[in-house]
Amino acid sequence: MAQKDWLGLKKELPARRRLVLTILSFLLPLALWSAVSYIPWLWHPYVRVTVPGDVGLYDEGTYVPVADFKQQVAECQRDKVAPPEGELTNPVYLPAPHQVFRAFYTAFTTAPELQDDPWLYQALGRSIRTIFWGFVLSSLIGVPLGILCGTYRFFARLHEPFIEFFRYAPAPAFSALCVAVLGIDDAPKIAIIFIGTFFQQVLVIANTVRKVDPALIEAAQTLGASRWALVRRVIIPASLSDVYTDMRILLGWAWTYLIIAEVVGAMSGISAFIVMQARHQHFDNVYAAILMIGIIGFGSDLLLAKLGTVLFPWKRPRGAGAKRTWIAWIREPGPAWRKSVRKITPAPAQP
Amino acid sequence: MIADYQSQNPAVADRFARIKQRPVRLTVRGLRKSFLSDGQERTVFDGLTFDVHRREFICVIGPSGCGKSTFIRIVAGLDECSGGELLLDGKPVGGPGPDRGMVFQGYTLFPWLTVKRNVMFGLEMQGKGRETADVEARQWLDMVGLAHVENSYPHELSGGMKQRVAIARALANEPRILIMDEPFGALDAQTRAQMQSYLLQIWKKVDVTVLFITHDLDEAIYLADRILVLGANPGRVLEFIENPVPRPRTPDQCVTPEFMAIRHRLEELIHPPVEVEEERVPMVKMTSAGDEVE
Repeated sequence: MAQKDWLGLKKELPARRRLVLTILSFLLPLALWSAVSYIPWLWHPYVRVTVPGDVGLYDEGTYVPVADFKQQVAECQRDKVAPPEGELTNPVYLPAPHQVFRAFYTAFTTAPELQDDPWLYQALGRSIRTIFWGFVLSSLIGVPLGILCGTYRFFARLHEPFIEFFRYAPAPAFSALCVAVLGIDDAPKIAIIFIGTFFQQVLVIANTVRKVDPALIEAAQTLGASRWALVRRVIIPASLSDVYTDMRILLGWAWTYLIIAEVVGAMSGISAFIVMQARHQHFDNVYAAILMIGIIGFGSDLLLAKLGTVLFPWKRPRGAGAKRTWIAWIREPGPAWRKSVRKITPAPAQP
Repeated sequence: MIADYQSQNPAVADRFARIKQRPVRLTVRGLRKSFLSDGQERTVFDGLTFDVHRREFICVIGPSGCGKSTFIRIVAGLDECSGGELLLDGKPVGGPGPDRGMVFQGYTLFPWLTVKRNVMFGLEMQGKGRETADVEARQWLDMVGLAHVENSYPHELSGGMKQRVAIARALANEPRILIMDEPFGALDAQTRAQMQSYLLQIWKKVDVTVLFITHDLDEAIYLADRILVLGANPGRVLEFIENPVPRPRTPDQCVTPEFMAIRHRLEELIHPPVEVEEERVPMVKMTSAGDEVE
């Protein structure tokens, strides 16, 4: 029966099971990580020296391979000197989960090692700012151009072949050029995100716009829509929700270009933070920063997905559409809004 | 016993005489459509010639390949003809326009607009203000009995309701002619029967000529004043039949002699008795269970 079948092909799972699996998808890697970190006989190829004893090579906190350590202990016992003591540990580049989670907090509260280095929140802020401007500038030109190409064959023929050619030139290839033209500050970084996003954006959006159901366009024509009205009142709104989804995917790509952008010119943002922390062997901070990028990216996408269901109520599954929100008011101020407000606010208690 | 489909009933003759006195709305003269395919000219239909009068309900039937869809797309202005004349109220028909409303087979409501905004769409295209359009749209929705779902989105409606909204949307422009391309083809039998009677009720209240394509003979007889029967390869007018079944129409009429007679005639025209050559079916060797056991 479907109820018992966890592996049904192309069958949607019940909501409860979906949630369980979503949580599991995060818990499984975490469990693996915890196992490697906390079970002493799993991996743990090093010994961290706690008491150096009489071994001149050892200091407190030195990492030595297990075999070397055992040999030193044996030699000390043979020579009747104080043997070193230590605990089994993983390499310094694999901190345990609790250390990383602690770093989540401490990374924000710890001052940078050098006076001029940015705090973590400053680094993150700079990264987000770089992505934001790169993506916004790209969208300002890319979205209208994409819609234009998707609507009119003329513009598609005029622009798309070149863009198609140009998008194979990888954005990093332009890094030297960007720095030469735009200096070493934020401008070349934004330019790289722009280059990485823009060309894909035009092509993807043009394709989405081309997929608008021609029957809708014909229906509008028989209702007397002029050329311009067809674009403004049919083609754009018909493709808008899919364009929105495209934008979410493109924003994900922009994050991958961020790392390239940040090592261009003067290293900056979260990449610079990660490199600095790694140089100082603060790998817990490195992992915390990586997780933060993941959380920001994943979180913003979830948020945008949620916003999508508000912006495009007709895309909601049947039955869920009756709920109207503030966006209804933006589209159609007046009675509809007032009616929905009446519905939402509880009726005052009868005296 | 099947009566002659050309009714001798004077009341029927009188009805059609009166219809013919109404002004001609659509004039079709030698209409031809052909296209080039692999360098060869293929004719979809040729020499379509007939008149349609004001407030007439015309059903178009014909086998696949007779070009009935192409024909009404030309009337709607979505396709161009290759020759002949097509006049609406004496004026040549150009591109698509609000004087010819169209209801498609698929659901073509705009999914991003509420039901009422869908109906308002055409009105706004005519340059009517928001407020006027709003009031008129409400009236049209009232007429198709869907005023209560005016703020729903199309995906929340059933197939039958969607088509009723589509009818309201097309009629709101007050077109001279309403073109319907198998509008109930995707509906189940029961909803379909309901929609047919809805359509007749609406048509009674509105001054509009209807051009209705269907492949369902009963539907054509139930709805039409006259039935245009097209033949295929190439498409041409086989007959333009005056439907003798009296109005108001009811579903029970399908057992009356008139109904049966005209249905019989339509069957003859659409599915002419063909001499089928006995096909040589290759003998398939069947393995018997016994063979397998041995």
